[in-house]
Amino acid sequence: MNGIPPHSIPMEHGLIVAAVLFVLGVTGVLIRRDILFVLLSLEIMLNASGLAFIVAGARWLQPDGQIMFIFILAVAAAEVSVGLALILWLYSWNRTLDVDCASKMRG
Amino acid sequence: MAYAFYIASLIAIVATIRVITGTHAVHALLYFVVSLLAIATIFLIMGAPFAAALEVIIYAGAIMVLFVFVMMMLNPGPRSVRREQQWLTPGIWVGPVILTAILMAELAWVLTKGGTAGSSMETVTPRAVGMTLFGPYLLGVEMASVLLLAGLVGAYHLAYHLGRRQEREKEGGKGT
Repeated sequence: MNGIPPHSIPMEHGLIVAAVLFVLGVTGVLIRRDILFVLLSLEIMLNASGLAFIVAGARWLQPDGQIMFIFILAVAAAEVSVGLALILWLYSWNRTLDVDCASKMRG
Repeated sequence: MAYAFYIASLIAIVATIRVITGTHAVHALLYFVVSLLAIATIFLIMGAPFAAALEVIIYAGAIMVLFVFVMMMLNPGPRSVRREQQWLTPGIWVGPVILTAILMAELAWVLTKGGTAGSSMETVTPRAVGMTLFGPYLLGVEMASVLLLAGLVGAYHLAYHLGRRQEREKEGGKGT
């Protein structure tokens, strides 16, 4: 059960892909000011962490990786529903999607 | 099968770069859906068919449709129709189409060559996932359900006050 499965992709390569996607998500959060793109970049990061869990689960042939992916999916769904509602709120408040304008909110 | 993994990874990374560098939100969403499909292909190759199905159905299906709905609410009016005509040029959809065509060719290759599982790696079946999910991880499932309920209540609360506020603004506009 703990041996490396034959004829498979090395786990390192899968983890590298996940790391690249995660770093791209971080970059997106840092460089974009449109709040919609910031939320999309957060989704990219959640997705990359899910990919890392799946890769690890495939390496040890355990279902735990997929279960963590399902939990990440639930977190992403909850986060997106509240985040999009906040985006609509921000837009109706200030007619803009610039994240910097959110700092002007008081109370 | 290793080639399929590397091609899908490349597509995912390229599409993700286009997401974070895109200027139009709709184009970025289109590329993000391509990226999600590529990651679903990686899941399938990695021997996780259940996670691949969930990625397509919930992520690319439900969450991205939620994003598209919000974009539709943010861009109402006849202005958007004109912009839609401007957007429907080959320069805009050719990128995602090429990436998805490569994914489609990969899928066809896997289906004709690889058999039912479509994977050279050992698969972790949905049965095993379900047995573990509702066995040792039952508490996690309950916590996820509480989290989703909190998300539902939060989104409802925000949308309710948003609707009230817009109604007030509309009435105020009529009065003056």
